[in-house]
Amino acid sequence: MIGILLKSVREFKKPSILTPILVFFEVIMECTIPMVIAELVEKYEESSDISVILTYGAIVAALALLSLTFGALAGLNCATASVGFAKNLRKDLYYKVQDFSFENIDKFSTSSLVTRMTTDVSNVQMSYMMIIRTAIRAPFMFIFAIVMAFVMGGRMAWIFICVIPILGGTLVFVASRAMPLFRKVFKKYDKLNESVQENVKGMRVVKSFVREEYETERFGYASEDVRRDFTKAERILALNGPIMQLCLNIVMIFVLSFGSYTSISSAGSLLGIGQMSALLTYGFMILSSLMMLSMIFVMLTMSAESARRIVEVLREESTIKNPENPILEVKDGSIDFSSVSFKYSKTADRYALSDIDLHIASGETIGIIGGTGSSKSTLIQLISRLYDVTEGSVSVGGVDVRDYDLDTLRNNVAVVLQKNVLFSGSIKENLRWGNENATDEEMREAARLACADEFIESFPDGYDTYIEQGGANVSGGQKQRLCIARALLKKPKVLILDDSTSAVDTRTDAHIRAAMREYIPETTKLIIAQRIASVEDADRIVVLDGGRIIALGNHEELLGSCDVYREIYVSQMKGGDDNG
Amino acid sequence: MAKQYNGPVRPRAKKGTFARVIRTVFSFYPVLLPLTLACIVFTAIVSSMPSLFMQKVLAAVEGGVKMAETAGGAAAWEHYKGDVIPVVILLGCIYLVSLTSAFVYNQLMAVITQGTLKKLRDRMFSRMQELPVKYFDTHNHGDIMSYYTNDIDTLRQLVSQSMPQLLISGITLTVLICIMLYFSVWMTLVILAGVLAMSFVSKKIGGGSARHFVRRQMALGKTEGYVEEMMHGQKVVKVFCHETKAMQKFDEVNDNLFREAEKANKYANTLMPIINNIGNILYVLVAIVGGVLLIKEVPNLSFSGLALSVSVVVPFLNITKQFTGSVGQISNQINSVIMGLAGASRVFEILDEEPERDEGYVTLVNVKEVDGELVECEERTGSWAWKHPHREDGTVSYVPLRGDVRMTEVDFEYVEGKPVLKNISLYAEPGQQVAFVGATGAGKTTITNLINRFYDIADGKIRYDGININKIKKSSLRRSLGVVLQDVNLFTGSVMDNIRYGKLDATEEECIAAARLVGADDFITRLPEGYNTELSGNGANLSQGQRQLISIARAAVADPPVMILDEATSSIDTRTEAIVQRGMDALMKDRTVFVIAHRLSTVKSSDVIMVLDHGEIIERGSHDDLIARRGQYYSLYTGAFELE
Repeated sequence: MIGILLKSVREFKKPSILTPILVFFEVIMECTIPMVIAELVEKYEESSDISVILTYGAIVAALALLSLTFGALAGLNCATASVGFAKNLRKDLYYKVQDFSFENIDKFSTSSLVTRMTTDVSNVQMSYMMIIRTAIRAPFMFIFAIVMAFVMGGRMAWIFICVIPILGGTLVFVASRAMPLFRKVFKKYDKLNESVQENVKGMRVVKSFVREEYETERFGYASEDVRRDFTKAERILALNGPIMQLCLNIVMIFVLSFGSYTSISSAGSLLGIGQMSALLTYGFMILSSLMMLSMIFVMLTMSAESARRIVEVLREESTIKNPENPILEVKDGSIDFSSVSFKYSKTADRYALSDIDLHIASGETIGIIGGTGSSKSTLIQLISRLYDVTEGSVSVGGVDVRDYDLDTLRNNVAVVLQKNVLFSGSIKENLRWGNENATDEEMREAARLACADEFIESFPDGYDTYIEQGGANVSGGQKQRLCIARALLKKPKVLILDDSTSAVDTRTDAHIRAAMREYIPETTKLIIAQRIASVEDADRIVVLDGGRIIALGNHEELLGSCDVYREIYVSQMKGGDDNG
Repeated sequence: MAKQYNGPVRPRAKKGTFARVIRTVFSFYPVLLPLTLACIVFTAIVSSMPSLFMQKVLAAVEGGVKMAETAGGAAAWEHYKGDVIPVVILLGCIYLVSLTSAFVYNQLMAVITQGTLKKLRDRMFSRMQELPVKYFDTHNHGDIMSYYTNDIDTLRQLVSQSMPQLLISGITLTVLICIMLYFSVWMTLVILAGVLAMSFVSKKIGGGSARHFVRRQMALGKTEGYVEEMMHGQKVVKVFCHETKAMQKFDEVNDNLFREAEKANKYANTLMPIINNIGNILYVLVAIVGGVLLIKEVPNLSFSGLALSVSVVVPFLNITKQFTGSVGQISNQINSVIMGLAGASRVFEILDEEPERDEGYVTLVNVKEVDGELVECEERTGSWAWKHPHREDGTVSYVPLRGDVRMTEVDFEYVEGKPVLKNISLYAEPGQQVAFVGATGAGKTTITNLINRFYDIADGKIRYDGININKIKKSSLRRSLGVVLQDVNLFTGSVMDNIRYGKLDATEEECIAAARLVGADDFITRLPEGYNTELSGNGANLSQGQRQLISIARAAVADPPVMILDEATSSIDTRTEAIVQRGMDALMKDRTVFVIAHRLSTVKSSDVIMVLDHGEIIERGSHDDLIARRGQYYSLYTGAFELE
């Protein structure tokens, strides 16, 4: 797992390696300073020569300056290294996802991909910073300070060997007890926040049913639950401080009592005043580096989950890859399904599509109709190889779709997805997704075909109108028409509309179909719809049910031969043409 | 845990926020908080004292060592142990007390912090329930959520760590200054000068850091926003082979984030070593000055009258460490204090939001008929009446609940100067079905918003069973109205819980009966756990049609005399739609119904149809009347307009 993450360090190897080295020197300087000071203090007694003191002072000042330089340089390098690492990690994730097939995207879900690229990367960045800086600093300091303590204090330093297990034991105890509690309570906390979100979204329901008090009461229970667990965890964590203090106190008492005994009884030869003071300083360093270690440990375990989630994405192999010698041209818009079966995952026990044999001539208009879950969308997604067939084959222009270069195939087979999205930017920018180099004239042409020109021109800014994220400032019907125009700009050989006019009124819907018939007759058109009216003038209509083609023919034929089709037709005629 | 806040950079905290935080915590814990504070103060004072004891012991050692050189170690120890041992024992005792108080305050702080957060959360939530619908329509839901996630979190940091830490550091500094003055004024001046330099540097760097931090947050928000948008549209990216372009654009924002974050982190990362080492240099400086003073035998100036000796200089060195450490602590906490206060000020903002006003005094009560008169009663009788106290003569009259709704010349605007409804008059007699049709923005939903008083009318009158609805208590009014909205909202919990939401004391049988009535029973019993199937994420495991059926059952179990229905526009397949339709029909039977209609069958069966256009009723009548008239309705019917 770590190996995969480290691949993202790349150009930031240098600062990543420099940082711990610089930290190492910084720690050496820091640990030397108290020793030199102790010497300096001893000199107070022995000599009355100011120059000696000044010399020692100069040495310490130089050490402090060096330590400052090393520390600052380490900080600078660490900033570059950790931020750069995060940048590369984010980039690697993003690039990886660009390579994902629909199957991969479905597997992770959009929101989880977003979290991985944002929150998780931030967590890992924090940990990386900790590792190259603090995680090196703490053990170094721990070891150096112990060594120095023994050098300075001799036998006195054994007190640390006694105290360290107390603090270390407490830290381990606290971490091992508090961590699972925290993990548990964080989950509850997330749930609590989810329930707030539900409440905010459903506020009209809450108010309609006059459930304000009921909701408040329920929230109170849940928040009390969170409070209880949080308090429990925090109280365990709150043991750290006093125990640290206890250890420092023990060291202090010990040094003051046994230190003064040793010093006096040896007439200052075993331990001087300066050394006693230095011992206390080292004691503080040793114990605080232990504290630091435990904090790092907690941080790392917390972000381990984030790291795992990131690696999961990085490890994922795209299920659809470009063939080796791809075909770069699509001859025409004919489509052939030959005994195609498909399921969404290898382990799924139900086939989404079974035994599909369908042959569509170039330029034909095909309607596809069927209930929810009849796999209409699945069927058309096989054509532009958004998914690969499980059995059988799909060909476009007489060539198996798996032999085409993916870009070539998808540029020639344009799909207007059911869940379609416009991106923030001007209408022009959005339309240019279909063709980067489209001229204004071409864009107007495409908009006209999609019956979008009229409303676009009614906007004060026309084609330069800014579309908010997700197309929030245009109506559903307008959005659909913009999406169709965008696809038309590709000048595809096959155009697939997946329920793309559901929010468009019937008359406009009919206009769009008429325009397509007239202006792009050679393009093969596949239209998925809920409304019979949207497909009744198609050359042939496919009726899907439970992943199988149960009927194929034109409107009149199907009315005569297909019960399901007739049922749908009758219900729509009786219930009126649902304009919704 | 919590997602980072990506919105615009937050404004600074309002003035007085700090005091209000303290007042709030105090009001929650009037006993514990002072106790905790006392413990903190005590601990802080005691833990800055040891240098005093150290001085005493070191003085003994200084003397002892000198004596030992002539009289031998053992004798010297015998002579001086009386100076050392009692001091050490006293120190030990003080330590014990201070440890106890440290333990107590740490534990209490955990209790207080979490308790405060819980109470604030509860207050926020209950205040939120009281806010008018307008608040939720005009505020971004992500922003509202951020109160609960980000702001409460920064507050936690503030209450549990920053405030105690600041208090401790502040007290430590004060005590240390006293002790230093006690020892030596000259050396105190050296330290104070050094600390001035430290705070100057940290202010310089800290200021730069804050500036870059803001820019980094903006860049981060931009990157995350971009990632979010693109991930949502990832399938479209694939379909349009837009990957390379998407990567280029991503690199742009990502590289920009790198540059900003690098700058910000560089500032932040260098601050600590610089502060630390200024501390070190100060340490040296004190050592040198101390040495020089000692050797030159400069007369000491101190509050204790102590002469300058090694036993004074050495504790002074330790004090220097402690002092600079505390200053470092303070500069460390400044950032989180600023952030915490900004968070607190936002939390107070929502607590201070004006709640929904309700001046209604007419309430809905259960009644029974005694001798031809309506008498109020506690138990549920199934018959309801409006209890109408009359202020003038102090009498109370009971008006039976029938479901008669009349609007007279109603005007309304959401935003001043932009009227949404103009001069709307309509009436619905008990049991009648009124359908609204018209294009998006014609004002259909607005009318229903006015009936249940999600919004209040600007002009005109709405009467319910002859009573002005402004006089009816909102809770009573809404209880008498059932609502099925277009966007279904289900809550986490079982299917049964969701249906029972309509009537909290409904028995299982009542809920199942309601589900049967609307035709939802069939699919529910086929769910893996039947009525006990847990729903989450707004019923994500159900189909659109199934979710609608549950929401219809929820309204059915409430069994109100008046229903407001907003039919869904989203395309569900024809068969499910037929079931949903039957459910709706079952619900509408024998009630006064206002329906925002999208289905022709609904419209056809309505007693009266109102065709709305730009906030005005342009046609009204039955289906046949309107078809015959060949007006706007006829165009709508033939599908020449978008119906949404």
